[in-house]
Amino acid sequence: MPIWLSDDEYRTLTAACGRLIPADETVGAVEAGVPDYIDGLLGAFAFDPPRIWAGGPSSGRFGGVAGFEHFHRLTALDELAWRMRIEGSLGIAEREFNGPVTGWQERYRQGLADLGADFCEVDGDEQDARLRAGGAFTTLLYEHCCEGMYGAPEYGGNRGTAAWQAIDFLGDVQPRGFTDAEVSEP
Amino acid sequence: MTVDAIIVGSGPGGATAADILTRAGWTVTVIEKGRNHLIDPDDPSRLAQDYSNDELKFLHRHFLGPDPLIEPRTFRTSEDDGERTYVGAVNSIPSTVGGGGTHADGKVPRFRPEDFRLHSIYGPIDDAAVADWPVDYDELEPYYAEVERLIGVAGTAGANPFAAWRSGPYPMASGAPMYGAVLSSAAAEGQGLHPYPAPTAANSVPYDGRPACNNCGHCAYFGCPIHAKGDPVAMLQHALSTGRAELLSETFVSRLRTDGHRATGVDVIGPDGVERTLGARHVVVAGGAIETPRLLLLSGLEHPLIGRHLMMHFQTMSIGVFPERLHAHRGRSVTHVHDDCMIVDDEARAAARAAGLPWIRGGMVEHGGGGHPVMEAQFYPWGPAHKEAMVESPLRDRLWAFIMQGEDLPQAGNRVDLDPTIRDARGFPVARITYRPHRHELVASAHHGPRHLRVLDEMGATWTAAASSPFVEGTTITSPFIDADRFGGPSAAIPASRHVMGTTRMGDDPLTSVVDRNGRLHDLPNVVVADSSVFVTSAGYGPTLTLVALAARAAASLVG
Repeated sequence: MPIWLSDDEYRTLTAACGRLIPADETVGAVEAGVPDYIDGLLGAFAFDPPRIWAGGPSSGRFGGVAGFEHFHRLTALDELAWRMRIEGSLGIAEREFNGPVTGWQERYRQGLADLGADFCEVDGDEQDARLRAGGAFTTLLYEHCCEGMYGAPEYGGNRGTAAWQAIDFLGDVQPRGFTDAEVSEP
Repeated sequence: MTVDAIIVGSGPGGATAADILTRAGWTVTVIEKGRNHLIDPDDPSRLAQDYSNDELKFLHRHFLGPDPLIEPRTFRTSEDDGERTYVGAVNSIPSTVGGGGTHADGKVPRFRPEDFRLHSIYGPIDDAAVADWPVDYDELEPYYAEVERLIGVAGTAGANPFAAWRSGPYPMASGAPMYGAVLSSAAAEGQGLHPYPAPTAANSVPYDGRPACNNCGHCAYFGCPIHAKGDPVAMLQHALSTGRAELLSETFVSRLRTDGHRATGVDVIGPDGVERTLGARHVVVAGGAIETPRLLLLSGLEHPLIGRHLMMHFQTMSIGVFPERLHAHRGRSVTHVHDDCMIVDDEARAAARAAGLPWIRGGMVEHGGGGHPVMEAQFYPWGPAHKEAMVESPLRDRLWAFIMQGEDLPQAGNRVDLDPTIRDARGFPVARITYRPHRHELVASAHHGPRHLRVLDEMGATWTAAASSPFVEGTTITSPFIDADRFGGPSAAIPASRHVMGTTRMGDDPLTSVVDRNGRLHDLPNVVVADSSVFVTSAGYGPTLTLVALAARAAASLVG
């Protein structure tokens, strides 16, 4: 069950992510859980605290405490910023001090609809053509795809750090860090 | 309660002033508009555990602030653009306890003696307000030495043949050189350049109760999870430990209160949204070179030069892609630099003459690697080639670059003022930046850039490219690696540099400067500016150590 998207929207999103970062011998966006990352971002305020900033100082993957899973509490201004960004201003005066703001939720709802109700059924070339015609929405979607793919897994994507492993990147290495030799030698 | 001093801003300048003033017995209130992710105000020996190696949080989700939706800035290149061409993030330095110190990778070079005397040594340049500083290197040297000890700077005295004299060694030896910097330093030496270990505010050994850097590679743009970066943690710890400092975070200073001759305090809005007035015998303004003039203008101060002569380093990037992996994600982001482009030699004089300029100066050149994987991924096009590019990693793991932080001449038309329309979430006018480079910067960039492409060739690069920020019309990057649509657009004219300087320039003459040689406003002598706003010229060095030394000197002059 998606957190914020409808089931149909989630299916379209999944198909689109699969075209933007397809799998090869290692995971692509779908296998890495990128659709869940994006759905979780759009539904960040379904959680308390909202899933905006993972905690510190370490994830536990290289020792230390598993702090990433404890998301930071937001102040009133933080919440205002992130509700404006995700939900948009929705005609609420407090959010329109510089005019109306279109949120990501509305952009996804419209952008996924514009890809077509039959997006999952058409062939890959047609899917690519529709994504190329998607303009600013495709740009936003791809930015989020990259975030979900290569961000920390606590945000819902990069499942099991598979995308980091595919590029031979250790990710968050605190508190282990690197030895001087690892820094200075090939 | 009236404290001895209210300090507006908790970054390197404000924190240093707090340290010096509390040491002298003063009571201070440090006011920071951002959140506190750094230090426990009740037990300053306890440092927060909020920072992490998390690219999404620090590079994509504004964890350190400012959030451009809540505190936007606006930009235009000149009045000819109309009211603005852009609203959003412009030269954002963190808005959080610790300010710019939290996110920097801690390169803290000193200036050299000539950097304070460009007018005397090299002379004027048309359409620029080149002037000498009212303070010189010899006068500042003891403060440089003191703040290097406070922050904890690692460096190698004698390694830079162009360096200014120093009264003592660095507090710590340099840390481990990055592999790419070992290669680029050798290649640079082959081209007659003089690379040296960058003076760095990251501990190479345990220092002042904080651990040695463990090379995690998340340095520039990130807060340090283990607090191995000393700036400005150390100064805030010292100040709070005296019991004479109070730290108010999430508190916005909206106005200086004055009686016409002196400041009497400030109006603030706290985290509860309630406005109140705090009294003080002195006010130290340390909001950075954009927020400081904004506050002075919001306060109705009328000196015509407030906000003018904004400078930002002109960045010239020389980028190479290599057959081997350079793993720049390990280490301190930048470990080596060179100063050769700061030197006005025969070639620089000839290049200046050919362009009809009396002289040109470049800036310090940083040897650095690629960024982080989300940022990298967003540069590559989508589709089947995406993952191949990420595995090959030309723009991260196999990239090496030189970035020159070029001297930016002061121009009266480059300025910060209050945007006529755009507001922050609290309802106050935001800073509008009007900026375009002087021809000097373009000529210096064109002169020094190509030499670094030759160094990259010598280092074994299979592909090289030059770029600058701000983007210069007529240059393009063509690359098999990069999605060209990501370049250009309305934000390309905005300098990427976070080195902002010069908006309340320092001088002896109240007609040509905003603050005096001790950082005091000519018009309100119990108000001191303690940040890079006071810079007269920009040199080609990161401003932090110099602004901190000046803040220490200004605070020392307050306590007598």
